[in-house]
Order: sequence, then C-alpha cells, then structure tokens
Amino acid sequence: MATSGASASEAQIELQGIERVFHLGDSVVHALAGIDLRITAGEYIAVMGPSGSGKSTLLNVLGLLDRPDAGHYRLEGRDVTTLSPDEQAHVRSLRIGFVFQSFHLVPRLTAAENIALPMVLAGLPARERDQRVRQALDGFGLADRADHRPDQLSGGQRQRVAIARATIMQPAMLLADEPTGNLDRATGEEVVHLLEQLNSGGVALLVVTHDAAMGARARRRLLMEDGAIRHDQLMRDGVFHDAHA
Amino acid sequence: MRTRDLLSFAVGAARGNRVRTALLMLAMAIGVAAVVTLTALGDGARRYVVREFSAIGSNLVIVLPGRTETGGINPGSFVSTTPRDLTVDDALALLRAPAVQRVAPLAVGTSELSVGGKLREGMVVGSTAEFIEVRQFKMAQGQFLPREDWNRGSQVMVIGAKLRAELFPNEPALGQFVRVGDRRFRVIGVLAATGSGLGMNTDELAVVPVSLAQAMFNTNTLFRILVEARNRDAIEPAKRQVSEIIQQRHDGEQDVTVITQDAMLATFDKLLGTLTLGVAGIAAISLAVAGILVMNVMLVSVAQRRSEIGLLKALGASGATIRAAFLVEAALLSAAGALFGYALGLAGAALIRALYPVFPAYPPDWAVLAGLGTALFTGVLFGVLPARNAARLDPVTALAKR
Repeated sequence: MATSGASASEAQIELQGIERVFHLGDSVVHALAGIDLRITAGEYIAVMGPSGSGKSTLLNVLGLLDRPDAGHYRLEGRDVTTLSPDEQAHVRSLRIGFVFQSFHLVPRLTAAENIALPMVLAGLPARERDQRVRQALDGFGLADRADHRPDQLSGGQRQRVAIARATIMQPAMLLADEPTGNLDRATGEEVVHLLEQLNSGGVALLVVTHDAAMGARARRRLLMEDGAIRHDQLMRDGVFHDAHA
Repeated sequence: MRTRDLLSFAVGAARGNRVRTALLMLAMAIGVAAVVTLTALGDGARRYVVREFSAIGSNLVIVLPGRTETGGINPGSFVSTTPRDLTVDDALALLRAPAVQRVAPLAVGTSELSVGGKLREGMVVGSTAEFIEVRQFKMAQGQFLPREDWNRGSQVMVIGAKLRAELFPNEPALGQFVRVGDRRFRVIGVLAATGSGLGMNTDELAVVPVSLAQAMFNTNTLFRILVEARNRDAIEPAKRQVSEIIQQRHDGEQDVTVITQDAMLATFDKLLGTLTLGVAGIAAISLAVAGILVMNVMLVSVAQRRSEIGLLKALGASGATIRAAFLVEAALLSAAGALFGYALGLAGAALIRALYPVFPAYPPDWAVLAGLGTALFTGVLFGVLPARNAARLDPVTALAKR
C-alpha cells in the first residue's frame, strides 16, 4: 500500500480505492485502478509515469474536476466525492489552484484581469481584488506587465501570471500539470523555483511531470503505471526510497 | 459573481469576437428595424386615410340608397321589398330636420366633355350651391353654382383645376362654353386644386346643377345626399332625424343607409389598425429568425470558448455563474442590436417620409415597445440553451481540447 509516513489525523488529502473508468468504444480503460493515497499539508509531490498511466486523471480527481467511479476522496476531513457540482466548484474556488501546461489564460483579458479572475468569480469586492492583484503582480515580478494581454507576454511571464492566478485565492493545494512543458529550460527552472517558493510558504504542491530532473527536486515521488501507483518514494539523504519499504 | 463584474465580463466577451458580435447585433437590428419600418408604413397608411376622410368635410352625414344593415320588421316590410330611390325631394325634405345645417344632393355620371375640337371623358356631378360648403372646397376663379330652385337649374358649370388646365390650356376658362352630350354649359367657376377625396379626384370634376345632371343621365335618382349637421354633437341626432324623415317619405320602410363620417373613420381606423398589427406580426417573424440566429451564434461561441469555460470551472465558477455570464451576453447583444435596429427603423421611416411627403410614416409607440421587448425576450430565450450547454460542459474535456 502506498501511504505516506504521516498519521491519519494530519492527512490533508485522503484517497481510498479511487477508480476511474473510461469507455472508449467497446474497450474499457481503467485510468485509475484502486488508488490509495494520503497527502499531508504542505507536501511537495512529483507525479511521474509514462503517457496514459493516469497521472492527469489523478490530478483531475484531486482537483474535483473529475468524479471517480468508485472510492472516497476526503479533503481536509470532508468527503468531497458526494458533493454537488456547485459545492465542488465552491471548494475549488477556495482550496485548489490549477497550473496548466498551456497556461490557459483568457486571451482578451490583461495580465491583471487574468489574475483577478478567480476573485471575480468568487464575488470579492473590487477594492480587495485590486489590492491583492497589485501585491501578486509585485510578488511575481509582473508589475510592469499588468496591462499586457497574454499575446504580449513571454512564455515564462504567461506561466507566472497563471501561477499568480492559481494562488490569488490562497488555496491549500496547488495542482500543476506539466507546468514547464511549454517552456524552455531556463524559464522552466524559473517557474519551478517559483512553485517551490510557494510550497515552502505552506501550500501543498503536486506536480505532474515527464521531466526526471524536475521530478528529482520533489521530496516525494509517485511513479504511476496503468492507473496504479507503482512506487511511492520519499527523498532521504538525496536518494528516493519507497515509502513503505 | 457580482452583477457589475458579470456585465463587464459579458461586454469583454462580446468585444473579444467582433465579427460574431456584429453578426448577432445585425440580425437583431434587422428584425427590429423591420418591425419599426413596417408598422410605420401600416400606421402611416391609417393616418393617411383618416386625414383624407377628415378632408371630406366636417360634421358630415351621408345618405345612400339601399339597406346594408338588417333593420327588423316594420310596416313597410309588408308593402314592398324594393328599395325606393333617393330623390331631390327627399333631399329637400331633410332640411326640415332641426339638427341639419345644410343638404347637398349628389347625382353622378360620366360623360363626354368637349370644348371646340377637344374631347374628354369626365365625371359630371350634379349638385347644388350647398355642395361647396358641405365639402369645404375653395374656389380658384369665379363662383360656384348659384342658389336657385333645385328642380330648375341654369346651364352653368364649375370645373376642377385639372379639367380647366386640360380643356383651356391657353385661355381663360370663365365664360367659355363646354358641351356635355347635347347641352352647353357656361363655365362660371374653377375649383382650387385639392387632390383626391372620397374616391374621386375633385380636380377632374365638372359640377352642374342637380336637375340638369339628372336630365342628362335620364334619371331622377340621387347617388348620395350629403348632410351637414349643425355641429359635432348634432351628428348623431342629425343621423336619427334623417333616417326618420326618409322612412316617413318611403312609406315607413327603412330603405336607406345613413352613415356618419365618424363611423366611416372608425371603420377604416380599425381596419388599418388591424392591418398594421398584421404587418407587425409578419415583421416579428424576422425577430424570431433573429432569435434563432442568436442561439446559433451563441452555440458556436460556446463551442469556441470551451477551454475558457473549462478554465472558469477550474477556477471555481459554478454552473449558475457560467449560465448567467452567457445569458447576460446574449441579452446585452440583443439589446444593443435592438437599439441599433430601432435607430435603423426610424431612419427607414424618415426615408419613406422624405420620399412621400404626404405619407405620415411614423412608427406607433406600441410597435416600438413591442419590437424592442420581443427582441430582448427572444435574445434571452434563445440564449438559454447555449448558456445551459456551457454550464453543463465537462471541465476535463473542455480543458483538454485546445
């Protein structure tokens, strides 16, 4: 069984027997096959594995974008699998931040407006939004890019805007799907540093990546294959060891 | 999401795709413009007719032979069923009615008018001196028919402006003779040009004393009797008294129809009002078409903005928020298109008025309100389905597709 060393009471996220099945024509694909996983607050986890191993599906389930066909998902002690879509949206709004490979910025909105979007959707007053956006722009080194639209920004700047947007609601967990996949090495590293900085600030960070070098930076590494977690490894003395070994 | 944010988000989305926005607004605009312009035409026709009828003369009561309404049984019903003709004596008898100010008998026929070698077919009206007062015509030259015994007229004639221009193009008309059949009439007056009224063009009329007209057409009946009531309030009493007098004279049989100008006006008003409604209904179809276009465009928009919708969901937007965003966008675009179309329709009505100055083509208020209201309603109605589709979009697939 893949479990972290943390005790049950500390677990921020707890997955039990999570299954996700896709029907493609006649064939049945088990994208997730009986996943059990515990994540404590502030962890830094890299999810790795070949294409189609279920990494993204795991991320979607954790982000409440996708519903498991079986199993239980407890987020901060609350079973969120049974929530209605709107209740899940509310949880996403407050507790979860997403970072995508392709940034997913709204092209017609400026950097500042993109960052403010989650607060707009949550119905925060304009004054508080402006204040937080200004802080975020300063903090992410985007102060002089506030009024630029995404097509006027570099790849690294776009991803920084996306990360600023993902963290503006001060979520408990940041889910990043190949955050450096569309960036060159140097910019990618910049972005990773930024994410790690946020993680050291207390946000749990879960990164799906193909990049072994990036995966090696995490303190915990999940190796997935055929919808199951084959190895759950913790970094000890610069080397990964299976958590339950 | 706050209302202000919802509005500015929708405006932003609309401005984000200008072609789509322009297309949608154009569709709505055409629909509303069609309603405004067509109802302006319909209502213009109504106003035009009402105005024309008002021009016939005020406080007018018209007697025509024959019965067009069912009257029930009276003593006359057993004596005869053939309607009696209206005669000059009937007309004279109407002067007894206290509510009646003036009476003008009317005999009408077409005949050949000739002056020298010129020959023209024309409408000859037999009447009396009162005709000009009842119809409120003006003289351009000379005098109207003299006051004389209705049964013995002199051989004089008053002609319309156009007739004068055609028969006497280069010479004074007064004092000249016009031959009608085997009689000669001396022209004693020319009517001022007025245009048409009551279906006959007064500018082409030749007016002669009623007795002579009857003799020429070899009849002793009248086409109409025009009765002028003393004032507006006397119209109804005049109508009643006229009916009674004619009934007495016709052996108790109610064999004439008495209509008032008001009744005619009301009928035409109603008729053309209904026509305007019908035209508005036809124009409203274009609004329904516009609504369907709104739906299509919004559906395409939802498909194009899948990843944006997926993102909004990932960022914590509820289904209701996304639904509201798309509905507000559809409503805003419809409203903007409707206002644009309203301006377009007013311009169309103004153009019609510029081209045909006699035609008062103004859109009625109710049509404008209904047009704008329907545009908004259809916009929102047909925006519901796309908005629901957007709200139901699965965020995972929406985000996966670029």
